[in-house]
Amino acid sequence: MTKSTEPAKPKMASVWLEACAGCHMSFLDMDERLLELFKKVEITSTPISDIKEIPEVTVGVIEGGLGNEEELHIAKNLREKCKILIAWGDCAVFGGINCLRNFIKVEDLLREAYTDTVTTVNPTGVIPHGGPLPHDGVPALLPQAMPVDRAVKVDIYVPGCPPDADTIAFVFNEILDGRIPKVPQEMMRYD
Amino acid sequence: MTDMIENKNKTKTSSTIVVNPVTRIEGHGKITVQLKEDGSVDSARMHVTQFRGFEIFTKGRDFREMPVITPRTCGICPVSHHLAAAKACDAIIGVKLTPSAHKLRELMHMGQIVQSHALSFFHLSSPDLLFGFDADPATRNIVGVVDAYPELAKIGIAIRKFGQEIIKTLGDKKIHPWHSIPGGVNRAIKATERDTYLRELPEVMAGLQKAVALVKNYLDANQALAREFATVTTPYLGLVKNGALELYDGDLRLVSPKGRVIEEFACQEYAQKIGEFVVDWTYLKFPFYRGIGFPEGSYRVGPLGRVNACDKIATPLAQKELEDLREAGDGRIVHYTLYYHYARLIEALYGAERIEELLNDPDVMGSDLRITSNALNKEGVGVVEAPRGTLIHHYEVDERGSITRANLIVATGHNNWAINKGVEQVAKQYITDGKTVTEGALNRMEHVIRCYDPCLSCSTHAVGKMPLEVEILDDSGQHLTSVFKE
Repeated sequence: MTKSTEPAKPKMASVWLEACAGCHMSFLDMDERLLELFKKVEITSTPISDIKEIPEVTVGVIEGGLGNEEELHIAKNLREKCKILIAWGDCAVFGGINCLRNFIKVEDLLREAYTDTVTTVNPTGVIPHGGPLPHDGVPALLPQAMPVDRAVKVDIYVPGCPPDADTIAFVFNEILDGRIPKVPQEMMRYD
Repeated sequence: MTDMIENKNKTKTSSTIVVNPVTRIEGHGKITVQLKEDGSVDSARMHVTQFRGFEIFTKGRDFREMPVITPRTCGICPVSHHLAAAKACDAIIGVKLTPSAHKLRELMHMGQIVQSHALSFFHLSSPDLLFGFDADPATRNIVGVVDAYPELAKIGIAIRKFGQEIIKTLGDKKIHPWHSIPGGVNRAIKATERDTYLRELPEVMAGLQKAVALVKNYLDANQALAREFATVTTPYLGLVKNGALELYDGDLRLVSPKGRVIEEFACQEYAQKIGEFVVDWTYLKFPFYRGIGFPEGSYRVGPLGRVNACDKIATPLAQKELEDLREAGDGRIVHYTLYYHYARLIEALYGAERIEELLNDPDVMGSDLRITSNALNKEGVGVVEAPRGTLIHHYEVDERGSITRANLIVATGHNNWAINKGVEQVAKQYITDGKTVTEGALNRMEHVIRCYDPCLSCSTHAVGKMPLEVEILDDSGQHLTSVFKE
């Protein structure tokens, strides 16, 4: 990415928490504009690259809300590593569709998914993360799904399900020009 | 991530390796590798670490909302959920679509097959094939491809854009479009739109053929690797119509590892044929064929599953490639996991050819788009072949149309057992001594997962996320070290 002869580019990291990946897909929908963006920004740790540990970055992007212990940990870690934190898409901004589960107790949710559906075969009645902590390889669910800013301070909110590629491009360009983006009215979508 | 992972815990006799997150896959996951006392691999597992509860929280909602709610399961293949949900709704109101509605739905679906397969190959998997599994992780990604192979990257971007634009034309958005409604679709296509896509098609075809050539050359140049890499011998499942590959609407066919048809059945019988086994270390259930049982009845789906299940492909370019692919196999069936990439591009080619057929079909230009009914059947099943494999939506409703039960089986779920087996095989092959594990070995385990192009956001409709973590545990289960990505 950055060659040593070039001036350092601002770094970006993104994470994908309780969400569907649609916001990251919308980022890729910038299509040929990605080629320009890659020249100006150093992409570090993201779901579409292989750097596993988040370094110190200028911009951190969160897609998705908070639904389990691991996601909470990741959100806090990214907040520590970045100067500007963007909540990207309805799940990060509001909690999104994940919050439909908030009217149901976690144990009822899990019991039903792992014992009651028409095709479930569960002879021993095990439920992932039904046991004491730490459980084998999967994080515990939070009692309710919630937006990112219930746990960490968010600097920029970009709603939309997902925000479209034009909006995402606008936000990045504003930041690269040294401005905190205010998404214009015609780009604001709540769906 | 360091190049070598030192096992610092000298007092322990064995350990576990964790890779978290698995990257360049569409979802959240981690791998744990359990080592034996001598430092060799005992077992490996892929954990899916997210759960969201779509089957449960949609209870009580009107069934007509499902084509809008369920796409939020997955932003990579939202069209698949949109269509499977709409088909389940069609079954509930008991109508058969008009030819125009049927073909417009298929057109949107083909747009998605093209865009999603392009994404999987160009954006996510090609860095491993172009740079090698041991290349520097800092450049082993789409940005690296843009730098080193700008023409190829542009082709990939253009092909994905083509598919996404078709989706947007019909459904107003590239991601989470709204086009299908119970009994039909809500919008026709205009002649000007059709003409635009017909004009762009030749370039897309040419680009796909370049990608096919690239993968074939790779497989030819790496024959030994292709034959051994995470290969598992399994049955295969996919939709067929008159024996031919079918992605939107057909019957389900299960073939044996030798290519014999075990059973071909109507989609609404799926629950008698398929069960989902539960284990406590992953949120993703393990589908299997009830006639054989678990785990022996674990089968594979997706591009390789479908090209193995069908007799033929109904479009000429894709059919010719299918014949080439089958030459690599054992009789008619190819078990090599790396051939998923080839099968995926054959399907992308089929998708583009099918788009051309549909755009030239007078029915697609029709305006008779919807058949309504106020009758309600008690349940409905909708099945489509999502890019990653068979997707099943099954809803039961009360007399007012409120959902009383929902069951979703997603594409990646079906491959769960095979992915786990493949990861374990590669771990055993490339990790002989737990004290020194190379980044390349970990990346190979991740690439097994990438072959299946798993959509772990789908998989976690119940739970749902996949960063890859490889964790190394000792024989007392104590965490020694991990390679962790957040």
